[in-house]
Amino acid sequence: MDNTVIKIDDLTFFYTPDDEDTVPEDVLSGVSLEIGQGSFVAVLGHNGSGKSTLARHLNALLLPKGGTVTVFGMDTKDEELMLEIRRRVGMVFQNPDNQIVSNVVEEDVAFAPENLGVPTPEIRQRVDEALKTVGMYKYRTHAPHLLSGGQKQRIAIAGVLAMRPKCVVFDEPTAMLDPQGRRDVMKIIGRMKNELGSTVILITHHMEEAALADRVVVMSDGKLVMDGPPREIFTHVEELEALGLTVPGTVKLMWELRRRGLDVPLSTLTVDECAAALADHFGK
Amino acid sequence: MLRDITLGQFFPGSTVVHRLDPRTKIMMVVVYIAALFNAKSWVSYGVVLAFLVFSIAVSRIRLSAMLRGLKPIVFIVVLTSLLNLLYARGEDVIAHWWIFTITRQGVKAAILMAARLIMLVMGTFMLTYTTSPIMLTYGLELLMNPLKKLKVPVHELAMMMSMALRLIPTLIEETDKIMSAQKARGAEFDTGNLIEKAKAMLPVLVPLFLSSFRRADELATAMEARCYHGGEGRTRLNVLKFARRDYLAFAAGLLLLAAVIVLARLGL
Repeated sequence: MDNTVIKIDDLTFFYTPDDEDTVPEDVLSGVSLEIGQGSFVAVLGHNGSGKSTLARHLNALLLPKGGTVTVFGMDTKDEELMLEIRRRVGMVFQNPDNQIVSNVVEEDVAFAPENLGVPTPEIRQRVDEALKTVGMYKYRTHAPHLLSGGQKQRIAIAGVLAMRPKCVVFDEPTAMLDPQGRRDVMKIIGRMKNELGSTVILITHHMEEAALADRVVVMSDGKLVMDGPPREIFTHVEELEALGLTVPGTVKLMWELRRRGLDVPLSTLTVDECAAALADHFGK
Repeated sequence: MLRDITLGQFFPGSTVVHRLDPRTKIMMVVVYIAALFNAKSWVSYGVVLAFLVFSIAVSRIRLSAMLRGLKPIVFIVVLTSLLNLLYARGEDVIAHWWIFTITRQGVKAAILMAARLIMLVMGTFMLTYTTSPIMLTYGLELLMNPLKKLKVPVHELAMMMSMALRLIPTLIEETDKIMSAQKARGAEFDTGNLIEKAKAMLPVLVPLFLSSFRRADELATAMEARCYHGGEGRTRLNVLKFARRDYLAFAAGLLLLAAVIVLARLGL
């Protein structure tokens, strides 16, 4: 691929054990992956599949024990390039409370540009812009701890956007949010991809969220086991369930109907598609 | 119950005192304390008191808030006044009983000592009541900047302080949650004597301690992901700048100190 922004080649990683006698267990073994500019990739996997560990390699929070990770042509092992890599690959974490650094919303959003030494007038401009993108501009002088979980997560996203990254990695950003907060965050992710042209990598175990991506990568026991567009991946209902994952409700319904002999398609990702497919089938 | 705890004791407002640069206010408190300790007579105390009353009036801080803040020091004030009253030496004896002698000089010393302590605390309240903790930290960092030459980790200290301020509300919320969870399982926090109450807090503190380590770890990772790499080359969203009012206020502070010193020279 010409427009590759992230290239992972035979990546292996293990956490160094506390005592020397224990043999370290590979958290990632032989993962290879290429991600193109402007794509929206969802990484699926059950707990302990290594998906968060993989995410942390993309902005040099963790360094490969074997293989290489190349981000925008930069090897993550090169310490000189660390800041440059982190500036381009932003990361949003699961718990909004543990990634907000200031008692004032706009000061928090300004944290990354301040670290990068951006001149003061430009920081102001970036902060305002980022807060408007996530729809939190009117809360700019509020205290974050008085906001809801979804609002806090939007502040965290604004804090990453203020770096003007080319690529943003979301590590289970909706896991601690209520349904409304989840919808808001997913809407912003969609907007980042479509309007800002960012490359988005979404680590999740929500199938409905993964269904919004252009490409789904499934991980299990530190290995990459499936890779393809969501419509194709979700037709492998039995394999996914064997990996401890559930398919979206709409796909599951179609799959059950097919098992009972109805000739309906398996590629229905939304409720509307599902309804249309059923209407089509029974209309005949 | 835990939600009532306010951060520091900051009363937001938009008066001139609130808008003063935190550095100005910190330096003014230092000058004010110097003036207070140089005051020896009724007249000079009066001058310092007038300055204090004027600042309180301008800042529109309610007197009740000021007096509430004095509660913890009542004991110290009473004790030091009493000691001054009984042990100050002087000739003009007012009353004499057993080993105690009360003199006119003793009465004066007691009153002035009480006034000094109360005015000292009220003066520092003027700083903390009108300055947000973030601004206070930022002001301290800038004022201590010259200490960097002596290898004092000024930026790191300031960052630690602001992180602590940031985490206080989160940890209070968490304590509340843990206490509710313990109460649901029959724990009692409000009964028994002091020792029993302290013992009941132990099962709250252990999980709180553990989770703050986990939080600190996650927060550090998030800070690194947002390119934090120490204070070097950092810029600021809000830059502090001295305005005309800062020069005027600081000049007034210096004038106060000068007046008190001159009065002391004149024997007043």
